[in-house]
Amino acid sequence: MSFTAYTLKHISDRQERLAPGHRMCAGCGSTVGVRAVLRALKPEDRAVITSATSCLEVSSCTYPYTSWEDSFIHTAFENAAATTSGVEAAYIAKKKKGKLDETYKFITFGGDGGTYDIGFQSLSGAMERGTDMVYVCYDNEAYMNTGIQRSSSTPLYADTTTSAVGAKSNGKPQFKKDLTKIMAAHHIPYVAQTTYIGNFKDIHQKAETAIYTEGPAFLNILAPCPRGWRYDESNLTDICKAAVDSCVWPLFEVIDGEWVLNYEPKKKLPVKEYLAMQGRFKHLFKPENEHLIDEIQDGVDCRWEELRSLCGIG
Amino acid sequence: MSRKDRMSGNQAIAVAIRQINPDVIAAFPITPSTEIPQYVSAFKADGLIDTEFIAVESEHSAMSACIGASAAGVRAMTATSSAGMALMYELLYVAASDRLPIVMAAVNRALTGPININADHSDSMGAKDSGWIQIYSENAQEAYDNMLMAHRIAEHPDVLLPVMICQDGFITSHAIENIVIEDDESARAFTGEYNPAKHLLNPKESLGVGPYSVSAFYMEMKRSQFEAMNNARKVIRDVSEDFAKRMGRSYGMFEAYRMEDAETAVLLMGSSAGTGKDAVDALREKGVKAGLVKLRVFRPFPAEELATVFRGVKALGIMDKCDGFSGNGGPLGAEVRAALYGKSDGIKTCNYIFGLGGRDIKVEDFRVIFGELKDGIDGKPLPDCRYIGVRG
Repeated sequence: MSFTAYTLKHISDRQERLAPGHRMCAGCGSTVGVRAVLRALKPEDRAVITSATSCLEVSSCTYPYTSWEDSFIHTAFENAAATTSGVEAAYIAKKKKGKLDETYKFITFGGDGGTYDIGFQSLSGAMERGTDMVYVCYDNEAYMNTGIQRSSSTPLYADTTTSAVGAKSNGKPQFKKDLTKIMAAHHIPYVAQTTYIGNFKDIHQKAETAIYTEGPAFLNILAPCPRGWRYDESNLTDICKAAVDSCVWPLFEVIDGEWVLNYEPKKKLPVKEYLAMQGRFKHLFKPENEHLIDEIQDGVDCRWEELRSLCGIG
Repeated sequence: MSRKDRMSGNQAIAVAIRQINPDVIAAFPITPSTEIPQYVSAFKADGLIDTEFIAVESEHSAMSACIGASAAGVRAMTATSSAGMALMYELLYVAASDRLPIVMAAVNRALTGPININADHSDSMGAKDSGWIQIYSENAQEAYDNMLMAHRIAEHPDVLLPVMICQDGFITSHAIENIVIEDDESARAFTGEYNPAKHLLNPKESLGVGPYSVSAFYMEMKRSQFEAMNNARKVIRDVSEDFAKRMGRSYGMFEAYRMEDAETAVLLMGSSAGTGKDAVDALREKGVKAGLVKLRVFRPFPAEELATVFRGVKALGIMDKCDGFSGNGGPLGAEVRAALYGKSDGIKTCNYIFGLGGRDIKVEDFRVIFGELKDGIDGKPLPDCRYIGVRG
């Protein structure tokens, strides 16, 4: 596969495929991700976008308006990938019968609730069946649309409305599920993990590869939520950078089974600094909770080493 | 040329599917409808159909994929039963509100609790308010014929609603019966082509399907479904008339059997009508003015026509193969009584719950029912609701 050299300016000249005027919050990571992914579509190609029920869906396609330039379908919370299976099958049927000349790409968006949890079976099924689609998870680490409830993506000790912090609780007692790795275990052609870093080259290239790789592809994007994570809206990309530099959210790809680490910080940022940027971890900074931060650091270190080893490093 | 054959209800549905040759089928196996996707897979393997067959990982995904495919402008079908249909319930409502003419072969089976694989109507009755057209079949022939009509009803521009063609699990789906099968060309010509005006894969115009509808718009959407369901009455009649003209088998919203001068009558749906008709014939020979109405179309509900057909009847047994657990009987009981109220008042009624989980209903049971109805006419109080064919 060969793509033209990336420059943010050049790529930003492409027509926006998510129109402004939608109702997402300022400082929300999800629409940043959607726009970055859609910029990777060749302007001449068409797409059908599927969205799981989510903040994104209720805020971008509110009858009688839509922000989507492309055709868009939403059916329910837990079935976005299966819905796309049907659209893709219809496309194949039409192509075979000579009823359609244009090229369509199928891109599905879901939050971590619709992807890691309630929509996981539907996603796994569509990937296993080889649906030619890209599933994009915008991972904001909790059910934000219903008001910040814990998901299996919520990190250890985060404060959410269903893993409340109190005298007897330090927040969510479990580690985050490693979904990207689970998707890699489906042995699909392309799996990648990304977020908003620098000039958006990483996310652009991964989205482009995902969209233009034949067969199923999965893209997991860390997409912070200012309401749930409790940060100042202007700090979105700083938080993403800290997530990557602390190895909480490593940037990597699995291309036809080959694990590639895309970025290794010269000096790992202590997880503490990443946590300190977010109100959801505020309780960890009480003196008596220091050991909880150590526990998080140990978990991150362990997973980072595991990833490096999968990527053939160290 | 049509031909005489013998086959099960599932086979008959499979033949109809092969003849219709839909663009997409998404299905998940569940007894007793499993054979249908099996036939589809075999037809595809043998090159007899062009259908894209999605062997999904659940019925929930089957209906989701059908919605995606139908929204993308092609014919989409599925088959299911019981818990499989229950797993689809959420999406059944979505399919109807998106006005997608999906067609489902429903092979009726009891809902679990306790687990049971045999026929009753608790699965599709659970979906009675989902906005789907529901057509019930007595035997394999009716299942086949109804399936050939389903797409034309669903896809009519005045309707655009999903349709489920129901048949009773095992009793109809697995029993081998004599059947008339139309030749492929006639069947295909009857079903016709499907080219919807709006769909996701129209390069000239993008489409948004399934938007968030706030209070300012939700009710208008529901109202449009209400109108579509009402429009379906005429379309079902027209399609059935055309079917009778071309194929020679005629169907209405229901079948009235020996109802001309009936004083006592029963109303039911599905395979038990055969046994009921036998019982009616036997009673008629003894001079009892008994009749039977077999409801074919449950959604839209033919309330006015039912009120008319029962005018003159003195006592009516409304037979539900499903208990709604209202404490007052099943869904047919409630709906038929509502249809009669103010229009054919004065008819004594009893709602009989029968045949749950595949419990056989015999001619003798019908004799008991007709006897009770007669006693009701003679002044003996009829219970609002009672189970028949049950211990204790």
